[in-house]
Amino acid sequence: MTIASPQREENAVFRQFIDAGDHYIGTVKAGQTIRIVDVEGNEAADTLFFNANDPSERYSAVDTVREQGKVYLTTGTELRSNLNNVMLTISADTCGRHDTLGGACASESNTVRYDLEKRHMHSCRDNWMLAIANHPEYGITKRDIAHNINFFMNVPVTANGELYFDDGISGPGKYVEMIAEMDVVVLISNCPQLNNPCSGFNPTPLEVLIWD
Amino acid sequence: MSEPAYQTHLPGGQHWSLRLRRGSTMTLTASAPDTNVGMLMYNPENLLERLNLPDTLKCQHTFKLTRGNCLYSDMGRIFASIIEDGLGWHDAVGGNLHARHMIDKGWQPVSFQAALNDRTQTGHDSFLIELAKYGLGKRDLAANLNLFSKIAADDEGNLSFVPGHCKTGDSVTLRFEMDTLVALHTCPHPLDPAREYPKRGVDIALGTAPTPDENDVCWQHCEENARGFANNRLYHLGAA
Repeated sequence: MTIASPQREENAVFRQFIDAGDHYIGTVKAGQTIRIVDVEGNEAADTLFFNANDPSERYSAVDTVREQGKVYLTTGTELRSNLNNVMLTISADTCGRHDTLGGACASESNTVRYDLEKRHMHSCRDNWMLAIANHPEYGITKRDIAHNINFFMNVPVTANGELYFDDGISGPGKYVEMIAEMDVVVLISNCPQLNNPCSGFNPTPLEVLIWD
Repeated sequence: MSEPAYQTHLPGGQHWSLRLRRGSTMTLTASAPDTNVGMLMYNPENLLERLNLPDTLKCQHTFKLTRGNCLYSDMGRIFASIIEDGLGWHDAVGGNLHARHMIDKGWQPVSFQAALNDRTQTGHDSFLIELAKYGLGKRDLAANLNLFSKIAADDEGNLSFVPGHCKTGDSVTLRFEMDTLVALHTCPHPLDPAREYPKRGVDIALGTAPTPDENDVCWQHCEENARGFANNRLYHLGAA
């Protein structure tokens, strides 16, 4: 459901752009609000969350969709952990729905999806690998990298069990906002995928804002 | 497929793990209606490589798993392919039974002290027990298969458990395309609406199958699977 946020940009305690193909890792405290903005539209934000005090607890797509009884994420969705606890709640969403079934692109899965000769192309998992390698202080390793959220991506599921990647329903300036229910580490890859429409074949920046 | 080399029965609410070699098969047969088998897979040579259901679904453009589908690792390789299936739909999004589901459903937890091996176990604990035997833990959990179960989505994306999907005697066969550590349990699906904790087991038969070629049903299922088999061929380059 599309709901705008009352938060004003000038009151944010943190603002940072994430260039196309770049990543962001940082902490959001319980009670803080984080917004991810699709600045120019048609971008995908491949996002993971970890319990900041114990990264073995992390976002779980299957627990999230099962508990809400719905495959798409939007306002009101409780983002759940692998221990089935609520990590964040989506408090505003001007896009309308987001995917959490399709996973992230990786060098290795690109070989299967597109071509073995595309393995060199930049990917969300490579983005995450560089982020966790450069930030050992969060205690996150490859073991902790699991099933993510694709904010701003449109992956419809049909009643007879098909799943496909569709043109985005996002647009310039659309955003999704979440209130943290526990201290979380957020890890975002601004998707560099050039082989499908998830970034409109033209990856563009995202912006992260945080409010107390 | 060959005659089974080994057959066993796993009662409902129990768990097991084993290493299956490349070229081996596992046939699971429901010994009761609406049984459920939770399953995870790891590469025994590199336990960081594990079953990746998002990659599995998106590369085959499917929400359900059935004959012709392959089960992919996060490294673009095929752990196993589904070479026979009497059900047409196995769940890949329902996740696992947690202790809180038991409380919410009013399923009375039964301890070992009270009922010995008829106790009620959760899928979550079952996986943790099996994974710990290989030095793995919570951090190594991933989205699991729920074989025999069906969760359908409507046009709005609303999910529903489909009772009666699995009949007694329904079976599914996996053929392993690389050496694979399999952890499995027979705990109920977390959305199972049964009034009491259901104990529904599965018969398991292990055998062997010839190495697939480009005429194989799973290889031919889609171009993506042909590339997945190419990745496995690369992984086994130089092996017998």
